[in-house]
Amino acid sequence: MGLLDRIAPRKTESDPDALPADAETVFATKALRKFLGCLTSRELPVLIDLGPVVGSNISFFGEQLGCKIFVLDLFADLDRHVREGRIEELGDFLVKRVSQEGASVNGVLCWDFIDYLDKPAAQKLATELTRVLRPDGALLGFFGTAPQQGPQQSRDMRYTKFIVADEVNLRYRTYPALRKRQSSLPNRDIIKLFAGLRVSDSFLLQNNQREILFRKPA
Amino acid sequence: MEKDIVNIGKSVVIKGELNGSEDLTIEGHVEGTIQLKDHVLTIGPNGKIKAQIFAKSVIVLGEVSGNVTASDKVDIRDNGSVDGDLIAPRVAIAEGAHFRGSVDMQRKAGQSATAAQPTKTPVAAQTGNVAAVPPPAPAGGPAQQRANA
Repeated sequence: MGLLDRIAPRKTESDPDALPADAETVFATKALRKFLGCLTSRELPVLIDLGPVVGSNISFFGEQLGCKIFVLDLFADLDRHVREGRIEELGDFLVKRVSQEGASVNGVLCWDFIDYLDKPAAQKLATELTRVLRPDGALLGFFGTAPQQGPQQSRDMRYTKFIVADEVNLRYRTYPALRKRQSSLPNRDIIKLFAGLRVSDSFLLQNNQREILFRKPA
Repeated sequence: MEKDIVNIGKSVVIKGELNGSEDLTIEGHVEGTIQLKDHVLTIGPNGKIKAQIFAKSVIVLGEVSGNVTASDKVDIRDNGSVDGDLIAPRVAIAEGAHFRGSVDMQRKAGQSATAAQPTKTPVAAQTGNVAAVPPPAPAGGPAQQRANA
């Protein structure tokens, strides 16, 4: 394998975007264990999960961390705004939706929600998430790296439920969406979005997913 | 030994405070407060509850609107629905259930840490598709790596 093959994002059979709708496949995760490690020593930690309700995830995080979890399911809110033709209002809505007090949350499971937002809405959400994180808090985000154009677009009309299988494996289960992924953000733009946080770890996985663990400086 | 289970039928409507010291199944409508501190409360498929619930265990197959506090477990089964906050050391939410709210599984001081045992959820089929990854990044500073490049 040449150097370019190592650097360029590849479309492989393990790419989640290449899966049929409602498919479920297991992918490795490098950042989840580190995310858990950031929170295990916390007393009465509080988590925000931006994704849909996944019962087994609630059990997993609850039993691992003994935490309080707010499940926001922002994907449902995104679909509702698309359905009602009010997508331009989404950014302001997200600011209200993340209603936790400042510096009150230990961890945020952002999953790949940012990928589905326009830049202004993504910036508003990122600012709110940064606000609610406690110093030393952690935010786990997934970001697609594959270009979003051509026939790829039709396959992107779906969201992914990330179901924790264990600390190092996630099941990706797709379900229909009303909005496709927006253009993939380069690293520098992701870092700019979360300007108040620092990148603790970043992993580019074989499935073209970038996992980034942010920490709020103490 | 036979165990008594009281059943509130689907034609029954109760408004106010419901207290008990035995297991209870509700198929009717209840508004107010339900307290079964040391017992199991089951909201049947026809049950519709608008109430704060306090019980040892709560099993939801119907609809609940209100906060649910259990000293042992809250179990929202397939087609069960809860709009409210859950407080319990153990929570199970089935795939086809509806839930909107927060889940508080915080281990308060002095509480048994038995629930802290990691859940060993078996990895389903297709493990052949697991992306192999290299060893973890070295500690200290941002780590950037391409897994299985």
